[in-house]
Amino acid sequence: MITRLSHVCVYVLDQASAHDFYVNTLGFNVHTDAPMGPGMRWLTVCPPDQPDLEITILPIVEGMMFTKETAEHMRNLVKKGTFGFGVFETKDIYATYEELKAKGVEFKKQPTKEVYGIEATFKDDSGNWFSLSQRV
Amino acid sequence: MADLGILCSKGRIAEGEQVNDEAYPKTYLYRRIVRSKLFIDDHFSESIDLEHIAGEACFSKFHFIRLFARMYGKTPHQYLSCVRIEKAKLLLTERLSVTEVCFSVGFDSLASFTDLFKRIVGKTPSAYKAEQHQHRAEILAMPLRYIPFCFAEKIPYEKSNFREAIP
Repeated sequence: MITRLSHVCVYVLDQASAHDFYVNTLGFNVHTDAPMGPGMRWLTVCPPDQPDLEITILPIVEGMMFTKETAEHMRNLVKKGTFGFGVFETKDIYATYEELKAKGVEFKKQPTKEVYGIEATFKDDSGNWFSLSQRV
Repeated sequence: MADLGILCSKGRIAEGEQVNDEAYPKTYLYRRIVRSKLFIDDHFSESIDLEHIAGEACFSKFHFIRLFARMYGKTPHQYLSCVRIEKAKLLLTERLSVTEVCFSVGFDSLASFTDLFKRIVGKTPSAYKAEQHQHRAEILAMPLRYIPFCFAEKIPYEKSNFREAIP
């Protein structure tokens, strides 16, 4: 039986830029950085408290999973901010919000009280958006 | 010491004066502590005077430590130590010696660096460095062991070592 989730994928416009965003801005740790041939890396990062959950940073380029037309279409969708890839948790949303803002992260929604807690939403460097939540 | 900028427009708080957190807007309070934390992130390799940081953030030293610890679960000094050790771990995966890493991240004594590193990481800097170099060599030698095949098969990658990747 399935026991747990080990990998999740985030599609990005530029892998090097995304590496800088997820590691240096969000504070995630690099789990695996393996070469996949010329100009390509298998890059996974993990949140500080989840060392066994690998977020795979996949560049949207022709050749790996996308045709030229699909890659272009996908890149436009990501740039538009179409995709929300998940929810990140924090113990102190106000501190996290102020810090990420100071580092230049674009927020779509400021910390707002909801039924389940306090939530904000932000974008990564490609345009993907995430919820940032502090549960009550 | 780098310029922290204007963090307080309400004037300094006298040393030892009791401060009521509710007297300040919450966001303003958070910003002052966050900026102090980011200052530590940017200047960890320098000789940081935490009393000066507390003063620049317009808090008494005691109040600053208390608020910082409430937000980050560590005192400013503990946080600074952790930042230095985390940076040391990154540098140890590269070609720098343990001594070079020690002084690069702001320690002034190899003995104190080694002691703190072992306490936080659970092994000596030398042991950690050797372990990381071996791990990197394994990834470079057989990268397919670390990549799910459903992805690896979709790229024009040299698969000559694929059989080695299968357990």
